[in-house]
Amino acid sequence: MRKTTNQKAWWLVVPVLLLVAFNAFIPLMTVVNYSLQETFGNNVFFWEGVTWFEKVLHSDRFHASLLRQLLFTGMILAIEIPLGIAVALSMPRKGPWVSVCLVLMALPLLIPWNVVGAMWNIFALPDIGLLGYSLNSMGFDYNFTQQPVSAWMTTVLMDVWHWTSLVVLLCYAGVCSIPDAYYQAARIDGASGWAVFRYIQLPKMKRVLTIAILLRFMDSFMIYTEPFVLTGGGPGNTTTFLSIDLVKIALGQFDLGPAAAMSLIYFLVVLLICWLFYTVMMRNEEQ
Amino acid sequence: MNRKWIVPTLYILFLMLPIYGLLSMSFKTTNEILGGFSFFPQQFTLENYIKIFTDPTWYNGYINSLIYVVINTFISVGVALPAAYAFSRYRFLGDKHLFFWLLTNRMAPPAVFALPFFQLYSAIELFDTHLAVALAHCLFNIPLAVWILEGFMSGIPKELDETAYLDGYSFSRFFVRIFIPTIAAGIGVTMFFCFMYSWVELLLAKTLTSVNAKPIAATMTRTASTSGYELGLLAAAGSLTIIPGAFVIYFVRNYIAKGFALGRV
Amino acid sequence: MSRIEFKNVRHAYPPAKGQELVYALKEVSQVWEDGGAYALLGPSGCGKTTLLNIISGLLTPSEGSILFDDQDVTQLPTADRHIAQVFQFPVVYDTMTVFDNLAFPLRNRGIAEARVAERVTEIAEMLDLSDRLMQRASGLTSDGKQKISLGRGLVREDVNAILFDEPLTVIDPHLKWQLRSKLKQLHRQIGVTMIYVTHDQVEALTFADKVVVMHDGGVVQVGSPVDLFNKPKHTFVGYFIGSPGMNVLPCKLDKGQPVFANNLLSSGYPADTDLSGKLEIGIRPEFVRFAEDGIPVEIEKVEDLGRYQVVTVKHEAALIKMVVSEDQVIPSESPQIQFDPDNLRIYRDDWAVEANDA
Repeated sequence: MRKTTNQKAWWLVVPVLLLVAFNAFIPLMTVVNYSLQETFGNNVFFWEGVTWFEKVLHSDRFHASLLRQLLFTGMILAIEIPLGIAVALSMPRKGPWVSVCLVLMALPLLIPWNVVGAMWNIFALPDIGLLGYSLNSMGFDYNFTQQPVSAWMTTVLMDVWHWTSLVVLLCYAGVCSIPDAYYQAARIDGASGWAVFRYIQLPKMKRVLTIAILLRFMDSFMIYTEPFVLTGGGPGNTTTFLSIDLVKIALGQFDLGPAAAMSLIYFLVVLLICWLFYTVMMRNEEQ
Repeated sequence: MNRKWIVPTLYILFLMLPIYGLLSMSFKTTNEILGGFSFFPQQFTLENYIKIFTDPTWYNGYINSLIYVVINTFISVGVALPAAYAFSRYRFLGDKHLFFWLLTNRMAPPAVFALPFFQLYSAIELFDTHLAVALAHCLFNIPLAVWILEGFMSGIPKELDETAYLDGYSFSRFFVRIFIPTIAAGIGVTMFFCFMYSWVELLLAKTLTSVNAKPIAATMTRTASTSGYELGLLAAAGSLTIIPGAFVIYFVRNYIAKGFALGRV
Repeated sequence: MSRIEFKNVRHAYPPAKGQELVYALKEVSQVWEDGGAYALLGPSGCGKTTLLNIISGLLTPSEGSILFDDQDVTQLPTADRHIAQVFQFPVVYDTMTVFDNLAFPLRNRGIAEARVAERVTEIAEMLDLSDRLMQRASGLTSDGKQKISLGRGLVREDVNAILFDEPLTVIDPHLKWQLRSKLKQLHRQIGVTMIYVTHDQVEALTFADKVVVMHDGGVVQVGSPVDLFNKPKHTFVGYFIGSPGMNVLPCKLDKGQPVFANNLLSSGYPADTDLSGKLEIGIRPEFVRFAEDGIPVEIEKVEDLGRYQVVTVKHEAALIKMVVSEDQVIPSESPQIQFDPDNLRIYRDDWAVEANDA
């Protein structure tokens, strides 16, 4: 859109700026503050410089959480994106079933996150849950509270259950915006189903897919409540992702310095990956 | 001829199974639940629901959640509207940086902010109020609202504004009388997303409340951890939290998909 | 290449709940000769696009059959019909280069890459796209994109016909003319059947050897542009073609001759003409002139269009348009008009009555 330069437009942004700055700046400064100091209680602080950052960056515990986090995010993206595309492509485009599909699919998105955790906890309980009972009676040895593999599988499956619909909705919006003429032209050109997907549907979905991947990346990287309620980070530390670890350090052990330093590193990692992804996508778009 | 319907059907079935598990458990007695697995409730009971509707700690949780969600939705959309208008219509000093900065707040892990928020809101004596949670949720809902609204507004031709100014409308009158009705659908979608993210978030909501503004979701966590295995009660409370979401989805079903697609990265 | 024939084709889209079945295309039997340049002309919603989609196989008609060279193709899928189609909005594969776009239909059919390159180069040459072959197709202007859509049809050597669905809608006015003459030139060069759907009479009349006029789901007249102008078979053709359109005025018959508001008109119809039904006369504005002893009228409006003037006159309740030369002086006192008897036609229930079958 053609935009005019108008510095007065700043006034329209001021309320947003104030509210977000209030919420973002002050807490962020607090975090920075903690990250540079050491406290033994009673509001007495000692200057520590970047010690905490060095410690966190060199700690095996942080590396392990980060690795788990990356593995988890990688896994859920690898499942949710293709699955979401597949479901979106096979959804009806008109008729009464559209509403039914949309409403039912959006349902998991609107369930409070700890309810999602609780629901999956109940669902997966080995002896009395629908999933756990079924798996065990089919002869699988399944117990997510004790076996790391089961715990991981359940956590990933829960996230797929919870968030794939977001990818579906976004892709569906993308697919619906393709005019019929494209499909007709493809039929006339003798294109195969794969070619239609590769050269028509996928390019048209590119923008919404970017949004989907970004949102899924950000949200899964920040995931806390669902796995916390489901597994509590266990068994052992096997499902302790970054946020869970962070809360354990900050509120459980009250190690504010390391927790704050870790928070900042964590935030920077998210920002960096999003920025990289965003820049690469935008560059592709311009070409 | 067309087997396509199988994929969405299987997918929806997969989505419904855990929900069914929750629902079915909410109609069982504690004895039955602990006695072993059954697909249908054998001794059907409404006990759990009756408990929730008669115990104030339970139903107040619902009311608390709804209050801060509604306050947050109105604040977020209210301040995001003029800002999104500015971003969609004007170029001004630092506009692009500001927009990106706003979005970075959407990327801030709530876990990072939990403790500082607790201190901040305690310091200004808003701890354990609905307003505190509503304001805290602005951190991620305002950027989202600005983002979605900006997308919708960019779709409205600028000629609409110019015509209105030529007809002698002042900015504020134009904005309220003409512009807002024009993007009503966009506002609906935005409210939906604000409602959704505020309703599902728990970490901040739990951190910023203790008794008076405790959200339903936090009440549930307490039940799960303190009073042992009251699974039926937990399931019933969980089932009830699905209802407001289902309502909201039903009303905006035609806009859900559009809302995200129109937003800009 | 082949001759395309429609045999009693009808089509109805599935009706919405509680609504009656409406035929978007009423019975059509029509032959499209091999190598012809046809235009399908009619207002929006008259069934043009439906007819086009039936030819290309995007739609299967509810009734009737389509023959390509006497072979029934009604059930044949689009890809096997060897039809090319250019749509209203340019369809290009955004992520591909111009070259890959043009090569796409050939590659889909497994043609050897050497032959593909040869064909694409040849067609690009024809369409003046040679210097842009390596560009991304999404970067082209809409006329360039429309050329690509056309090119994708032309590269295939086996095409039976190329169909155009209002292809110039999104093209800038000054480029429309260029692209249209390009089409005309290509038609002469390649000699493939072209069927061109439009609601713009100028486009239709300049492009086609034969114009098929459609109205309300049916074909009302097929003819050369001259035929359509001089001998409209239906009142719709009369006022849809020509600018301004034909005057259609209610009439009665008196001793076999048309009477318009108590004025006996002379015409080429025999003296024993006897008709019943809704009767009207049709006279083109070009064949109405001022005269000494004619029908008395009042002047309503005079529009000077440069080389000629359009005068609207009124007789009782009826408005009549006439086209007169730029130097014609408009009579100011009690003007009277006359209709040219040779170009006056009688319409019964909207259909023209030929002088010899009256």
